[in-house]
Amino acid sequence: MFAYVLRRMAVAIPTLLLLIVLSFVLMHLAPGGPFTQERELPAQVLANLNAKYGLDQPLWRQIWNYLYGIVAHFDFGPSFVYPDRTVNQLIAEGFPVTLTYGALSFLFAVVVGVALGVVAAIRQNSFLDYLAVGISIGAQVLPNFVMAPILVLVFTLWCGLLPGGGWSFSDPRFWVMPVIALGTSYMASIARITRSSMLEVLGSNHIRTARAKGMPEHRVVIRHALKPALLPVISYLGPVFVSMITGSVVIDIYFSTGGIGKAFVDSALNRDYAVMMGVTILIGALTILFNLVVDILYAWIDPRIRY
Amino acid sequence: MTKLFATTALAAWLAMPAFGAQPAEGETLADRQEVRYWILDAIKSLDPQLTTTRTDSDMIRQLFEGLMNEDATGAMIPGMAESHEVRDDGLTYVFHLRDAAWSNGDPVTAGDFVYAWQRAANPETASEYAWFIELMNIANASAVVKGDLPPSELGVKAVDDRTLEVRLSKPTPYFVKTLSHATTYPVPRKVIEAEGDAWTRPGKMVGNGAYVLDGHDLGVEAVAVRNDRYWDADNTIIETVRFITVNDQNIALTRYLAGELDWFDSLPAGQYPRLKEQYPDQAVTVPWSCSYAYLFNLSDKGPEALKDVRVRQALAYAVDRDIIVDKVLQGGQTPAYYWTHWATEGFEAPQIEMAGWTRTERMENARTLLAEAGHGPENPLNLTIQYNTSEDHKKLAVAVQQFWKAIGVNATLANYEWKVHTDRLQNQDFEVARYAWCADYNEASTYLDYFRTDGYNNGKWSNAEFDTLLSQASTARNPAALYEQAEQILIGDMALVPVYHYAKAQMFRPDLKGIPTRNVMSTWYAKDMYRIAE
Repeated sequence: MFAYVLRRMAVAIPTLLLLIVLSFVLMHLAPGGPFTQERELPAQVLANLNAKYGLDQPLWRQIWNYLYGIVAHFDFGPSFVYPDRTVNQLIAEGFPVTLTYGALSFLFAVVVGVALGVVAAIRQNSFLDYLAVGISIGAQVLPNFVMAPILVLVFTLWCGLLPGGGWSFSDPRFWVMPVIALGTSYMASIARITRSSMLEVLGSNHIRTARAKGMPEHRVVIRHALKPALLPVISYLGPVFVSMITGSVVIDIYFSTGGIGKAFVDSALNRDYAVMMGVTILIGALTILFNLVVDILYAWIDPRIRY
Repeated sequence: MTKLFATTALAAWLAMPAFGAQPAEGETLADRQEVRYWILDAIKSLDPQLTTTRTDSDMIRQLFEGLMNEDATGAMIPGMAESHEVRDDGLTYVFHLRDAAWSNGDPVTAGDFVYAWQRAANPETASEYAWFIELMNIANASAVVKGDLPPSELGVKAVDDRTLEVRLSKPTPYFVKTLSHATTYPVPRKVIEAEGDAWTRPGKMVGNGAYVLDGHDLGVEAVAVRNDRYWDADNTIIETVRFITVNDQNIALTRYLAGELDWFDSLPAGQYPRLKEQYPDQAVTVPWSCSYAYLFNLSDKGPEALKDVRVRQALAYAVDRDIIVDKVLQGGQTPAYYWTHWATEGFEAPQIEMAGWTRTERMENARTLLAEAGHGPENPLNLTIQYNTSEDHKKLAVAVQQFWKAIGVNATLANYEWKVHTDRLQNQDFEVARYAWCADYNEASTYLDYFRTDGYNNGKWSNAEFDTLLSQASTARNPAALYEQAEQILIGDMALVPVYHYAKAQMFRPDLKGIPTRNVMSTWYAKDMYRIAE
């Protein structure tokens, strides 16, 4: 197992490198640069800007300097669009916000989704099943960019219960709407995957055996059915977790949370190369990490899997 | 001999009390003196010389003060400069600074202005607004920006701590109007040298404005609180100014209605009439100095057909501006038949023939001209309209596509994200493109200079007479007639399709007083505002 983890880590480094180089090149291929603006800059000012940020050097040299900065000083460079801040600072300010509402949404999606799925499966074709399926389909077809404005309308304007946007680490009222808006459609998917996987497991031989032994139903469900039924859910959760904690541009836009999802999209539109690279690397590294975590969880849940 | 003249207006300023917030008689001030102002995007930089956006400038204007401020109508009034003199036939300006302090207690000196202006022009600063120093025509500005001369050669000098002398390369009628722009604000050298790029952070930033930065949560909100060391602090009533980021206009409207914002100055297109009816005391629309147009590519890379003035005229006639303004935008914008915004100070609107025609007349003339130019059902004109991603630009482009269809022109729409759109404009990779220009200062040349042969002029229209008129205007005492002639040439040759002049449809709380609704530059100072008890 340990050797397996080491092996995976070893593969991760060239993967990240490839990701960096590819993104770097693609980004520079896009027309327009960070300083393209309506009022064309005088050639000299543009040259000064390019020199200041090292954009006047050949691409390979820029990639090399960039990588060197990361490896030697963990420095992801300056932002071209936010001259008062470095990429490290931008990520340090935005990522904790995204991580907070992302992790909470994830928790919400998993707990509610699995519960709905399990209830629906063990009461198949009952009113509870229809209700759970109904909720999850409803939640799935309501995308977050539709849901967010509705939430603000209801909870802020009509009920006056929650602030309509902004962020505070000390006031959970700011967290509620982002968590619901981000988590709901994931919750729906989790519920549906759990339900169908649970139904499949409940119909299998080892469940019949367990029931035949006279095992109490709650133990059958929790111990023997839920564990294997969660396998497909877990393989779904790995990438979902990463995409939730690395931000949603929709959540950031509608709730003005200051998270990195919006920063990422803006950096692409503004050609803020360093910010875009920084967030790409962050997402890439987290994706690799959590895929590994999922694989380890697999082995832990399913004794048949060996690495 | 040095010519010295003080205008009557200048004398009037000196006699008058400073323009601070002054409640009218019978108004009682509210306990909570706070303004929560909506901004669309995060503040990018609070460094006066590095900032590039309007939003940043709106905040910087509360934290710093330049030589001049603007009053509620947009007229220039003394800021850091108590008074000024013009010498040498308009080539030298001498500013006498008032006794004022930075928020850390240091005195504001003429040297702070010299440092700031040199900093803006210095190639090492790499300011994206270095061009503004050139626009001000300060002596040697271009050479300093290019790096041919050291920043110390810039034509600005501290005669003593309270006297600033500026030399211009040519008399510039609009010079004083540039002095309320963020690029010209003084900055504290000591603090910048000690803190580097981090000097704009709360706790570190030192300013000379009516407010000091208290907090900045990027993309969420930035907060400024009253600066007790500001020279006119006694007349400052608003205690706190919050710049609250809401990236979506519809959500911002909801939050305004829920009481979370006090001032929302950019209503979504089409919403104004409904809101005006529901909230007559809160919804207001005011002219805003920007113009919207479609540019023709007249360069070698542009389509041959557009080089025929009759075609350009036909296309311009066919656009029904009344429909665009009354049915699509509905926010108080005005139809444009010329380029300069109608409310620009000192601008006399030219009489444009097509403005007086009925819709039928315009369409008939357009069809005739197109036919004369050789376009008809057998030889239809095909064009591409390029616009940058935005719901509003799209709506307008679709409307224009329909207007042109009515005269037999087939237009295809091409949508690009902002950077690509701009890049294509600057490389003349377009046929017809949407464009807008916002005034840098409140004078017609900011618009007209765009179309000079050596101006930004993305469509590469060129006219020697137009260029001559503008260079005459740049030193004329009263250039209004010259600007009017220039507009006639521009529209006579139809270098563009003017579409509409901007207005800001906005909402603010009825108890919030002092918001300037007559300043076309949309320049505002929280220090001039106050809230009354309801």
